[in-house]
This record gives sequence, C-alpha cells and structure tokens, in this order.
Amino acid sequence: MDRKNIKGFLEFVYDFYKSMKAHEITLVYEGEITHQITKAFTSLTESNMAKEEESNSVQKKVFHVMVECLQNISKHADSFGSDDFLFAGRGIFMVSRGDLEYHVTTGNVIENSKIEELSKILDHINSLDKEGLKQLYKTQMREGRLSEKGGAGLGFIDIARKTGRKLEYHFLPIDEDTHFFVLTSTISRNE
Amino acid sequence: METIKIMGTDDTPTVILDAQNEIFEISGRSLPEDVTAFYDPILQWLDEYSSSPNPKTIFTFKLVYFNTASSKLLLDILMKLEQLHEAGNNVVVHWYYPEDDEDMQEAGEEYADIVDVPFEQIGYTLS
Repeated sequence: MDRKNIKGFLEFVYDFYKSMKAHEITLVYEGEITHQITKAFTSLTESNMAKEEESNSVQKKVFHVMVECLQNISKHADSFGSDDFLFAGRGIFMVSRGDLEYHVTTGNVIENSKIEELSKILDHINSLDKEGLKQLYKTQMREGRLSEKGGAGLGFIDIARKTGRKLEYHFLPIDEDTHFFVLTSTISRNE
Repeated sequence: METIKIMGTDDTPTVILDAQNEIFEISGRSLPEDVTAFYDPILQWLDEYSSSPNPKTIFTFKLVYFNTASSKLLLDILMKLEQLHEAGNNVVVHWYYPEDDEDMQEAGEEYADIVDVPFEQIGYTLS
C-alpha cells in the first residue's frame, strides 16, 4: 500500500468500526469454523452475557443457537475459490446485541443445486407451530441418520424451537454456480 | 466387565459405566467435536452389558447442555436401554434437569415419549 492507500485503509477501519457500532455487533468473524473456534466464541459470548447479567434462559438460548449455527457452517458451507485453492467450511459469523434482542447471523457459500432443497426445509420449519416443531424434531431424531460429517438434520429445527421465531434467510447470487446464504436468528432478551 | 470412566470437559460429559458398583451416569455438557467417536464406546459397552445385566439398572442422565448431534446419540443410548427393558430386565431412567430449565425438562419428556422404558424426571436446584 502506498501512502494514499494506507490513509484510505485507515479511514475504512474507522468506518468499519462505526458500522459495527451502528449495527450493535459484538462479535464478527470470517474464516474457517473449527471446533476450537466454536468453543472460543461460545465461551466469550457466555462471559459477556454473564457480565451483562443476562437471564439464565436467554444465555442458554443464545448458546444453543450459536453452537448450531457454527456447526452448520463447519459441516455444510460449500467450497469456493479457484481450482487450485478451494475454501470449505468457511463463512461469516456475527453476534449483535440490541436493547431488546440478540441476533446470531451466519453467511456462507452454497452451490445452486442445493438451494431448492434447503429452502424447502427452512420453509417447512417456518410453516410449523410449536407443537409441529416438536413432532418434527422427534421424528427426525428417531428416523434421521447422522451424516458423515456428524450432522443430525436437527439444527434448524432446534433454532426455531429455542427462539420461538421464524428462520429469516436470504440467498444472494455470487456467480453462476453459487449463492451466498444468510441466516439470522433472533433471541428476545425479555424472558 | 470393564468400567468406563470419562472425566467431563467443557465440551464432553462425564461418563461413568460401572456395573459392579451399579453406577450408570452421563452428566455435564455434550457438544463433542466428533459425536460418533465419543459415543461409540458407550454404545458398545451397553451392548456388552446387555448380554449379562445387573438385576436392576438405574441409568442417570444429568446434563446441563447438549447439542442436536448429541441428542441423536442420547436417543441411541436410550434405545439400548429400551431393548434391555423389553428383554425383561428391570431398567429405570433417571432424567435430572435444573429446576429453572424448562427446555431440559421438556427434552426428558420427549425422550420418555419416544422410548418405552420407565422414566423418572427429577428436578434439582443448582447451588
């Protein structure tokens, strides 16, 4: 970077900081999601919530949602990059805290061929009420098989049950083969 | 038969399977990096135990957190206990939950619905 670029970069850092503040983001990460990362982020958020004297029930819900979201990325994020250098199991992970609620947000690359099936699963979950979700969880636990990567197909159902909210998601086009899948979960702080 | 004693960590539960002293217990937190690798020896142990079980088996679950991948493996354990019960053995599951944790209580109720094995829910207060 030459002088002009460095100045531009430093200004970007400040804008980035302001933008994080404006969106009340307390944690943001982009990269590979490993088990170590999952443990580090959950324990960091746990200690922050304890400091904020968040209720036990809210702390548990945020913890549940974080673990399932992080594991979704590590198990399902599709690879991107060139043929020589492919990235998989990576994505963006964000936690934000407003006056009324927490948001846990993930974003990762998904191959176009998987979008239809994923949308179907998410829409089906969103169409169910509390009792319906409970039945679906039980059925999936009983009949589902653990995938090679250790996924039980239960994560999204669990997030919907724990938050009591719809799964808010969006697919944004990247190129002709892939989309960027964004999912945000909301946990109310008043319980 | 051999005893299994695994000390819990911040992502794996404490597991004690000790037929001689009649202790069968899983407690703590469960979100292992590899759920299958963690729970396989436990399931195998239960298979072996089922071939010559004690007159009575009280199996204790005292978990404070488990992820969805673990929930599937916990069901596998409960299904082994169901088989043991269906084979005519005296089996009771003790499901402990923190008194203020409705989700853990409900998880126990759901398992009790799925498997056919005597199930006791026991609330406790975290000190």
